[in-house]
Amino acid sequence: MTQATVSYEQGEDAREVAAGIRARRRKREARSRLLKHVFLLIFAFIMIYPLLWMLASSLKPDDEIFGRLSLWPSEFHWSNYSEGWNALRVSFSRFYLNSAFVTVVSVIGNLLSCSFAAYAFARLEFTGRRFWFALMMMTLMIPYHVVLIPQYVLFDQLNMVNTYWPLILPKFLASDAFFTFLMIQFFRQLPRELDEAAMIDGCSPFKIYWAIILPLSLPAMATAAIFSFIWVWEDFLAPLIYLNDIQNYTVPLALRLFIDQESQSAYGQMFAMSVLSIVPVIVFFIIFQKLIIRGIAMSGLK
Amino acid sequence: MNKFIRRNLPGYTFLFPWLIGFFALALGPILASLYLSFTRYDILTPPQWAGLENYEYMFTWDDRFWQSMKVTFTFVFLSVPAKLIFALGIAMALDKGIRGIGLYRAVYYLPSILGASIAVAILWRQVFEANGVINSILAIFGIAGPHWMGNPDYSLYTIVTLAVWQFGAPMLIFLAGLRAIPNDLYEAAEIDAASKTRKFFAITLPLLGPVIFFNLVLQTIDAFKIFTNAFVISGGNGAPADSLLFFTIYLYEEAFKYFRMGYASALAWVLLIVIALFTAIAFFSSRYWVYYENERD
Repeated sequence: MTQATVSYEQGEDAREVAAGIRARRRKREARSRLLKHVFLLIFAFIMIYPLLWMLASSLKPDDEIFGRLSLWPSEFHWSNYSEGWNALRVSFSRFYLNSAFVTVVSVIGNLLSCSFAAYAFARLEFTGRRFWFALMMMTLMIPYHVVLIPQYVLFDQLNMVNTYWPLILPKFLASDAFFTFLMIQFFRQLPRELDEAAMIDGCSPFKIYWAIILPLSLPAMATAAIFSFIWVWEDFLAPLIYLNDIQNYTVPLALRLFIDQESQSAYGQMFAMSVLSIVPVIVFFIIFQKLIIRGIAMSGLK
Repeated sequence: MNKFIRRNLPGYTFLFPWLIGFFALALGPILASLYLSFTRYDILTPPQWAGLENYEYMFTWDDRFWQSMKVTFTFVFLSVPAKLIFALGIAMALDKGIRGIGLYRAVYYLPSILGASIAVAILWRQVFEANGVINSILAIFGIAGPHWMGNPDYSLYTIVTLAVWQFGAPMLIFLAGLRAIPNDLYEAAEIDAASKTRKFFAITLPLLGPVIFFNLVLQTIDAFKIFTNAFVISGGNGAPADSLLFFTIYLYEEAFKYFRMGYASALAWVLLIVIALFTAIAFFSSRYWVYYENERD
């Protein structure tokens, strides 16, 4: 009987010890979780500090921008925005219209042409498919600088320099392989039985593309549209080379004029216009965050 | 023959826009720039054959070419490892369902999506001004920061930090990679009382190998292509004292400032070959990381 009690007590002890260990471990884990959060939050603040500083500077009087760390302006200079809008020879209304036009047309072009090519690569059988696919993947890595000069000569000979054609036309020719690749990745995941059933019902390949593949691929199309919007909106090199007339400038080109005029030290206005230029991108990012992040994981790019 | 056409017609119809683009905007220009690289060409008069002159000059006489190579390679070797270490470190901190992961992920990724914009380049230039944010922070610790943008010894660091700031994209890819590592491995290691370091080196790192390699190759290629930030921050010409003369900026100057299109084409081909080497590595390694759920090829 005594033996039984002892073993019972030992069992109790062991259980208590185990519970103690578990409780301590939970405590330790909770503490390390808290530490992790503190670290992640501080680091996140450091990451977005430059952006907050830009926002703050856009509202400060010019002499308050440098040499101080405080983000809060002594008084809010909203006039930086209204004056910055008209600080250049041409109003920013014009630049925004130009940028909006180029961006919207480019997004449409990318969606149409890239989904065409992606459909062919992902769903249709034809001779030389693997060959063309390999070439398409290679263009993914070609730096724009390598094709820049001959493309410029080509567009120059077509009398298209200083028009929007050199910016828009390539988008209708699926020249951005990233989007084609993204869509191929998505199309391949759709069940083949759909196409086969539709084919037996006598649907043409175009009908299958339009009525089956596209409606099922809205997430991929939306992802491509968002990325293409952001990249075209921020694009600098192509407009820099092709657009000479300030009337045709897009927003990034106009912003750069502020740097050239730095001697006038209208820093507040420069930051105000900089903030405005990234507002569409940030709004898009906040709304479509999930699609953007999934798109990167899916295609493994950018 | 008829059957052949009928079999191929739909495929090539859908491929048609891409095919035009491929020949007119990719393959054609690449070959054209190869030809132009052996000529003297100023766009106004027809190109004149010059043989190997451009390449000879580039490799033997052109100090600015070597300077641009030095700047570009230094940038690649400084920025890519730092960027990947940040990306992996933060990805691991965010792994395993930490609360608020969506918010952290968004904040850490935000700089990457803004990174190419002129606004951020302008911002960075001012952040590193002599009396900008960085030096104000250093001043708190009693350090007198240098004039970053005016001193050729320090100017490259402004661009490196800007690149590292944008570690969000490789971070997301690492996160996806970490998710793919089966949890039982860690549980088994825990039963064996393996330490955290041990788990990292024995499980995480080897299983993440292909993803790390993929990110490394991709970020390297991207780093070679850097243009917009550096162009704006350096004032469009690689200043101060050519310390920010990236390869792409040099190419741009030769082509569109001095209209030496032949020479610029030779530069373009050198860039293409450097990047092609890295692309080849990426391509041959792709079977280790690309996985299609219903592969039919």
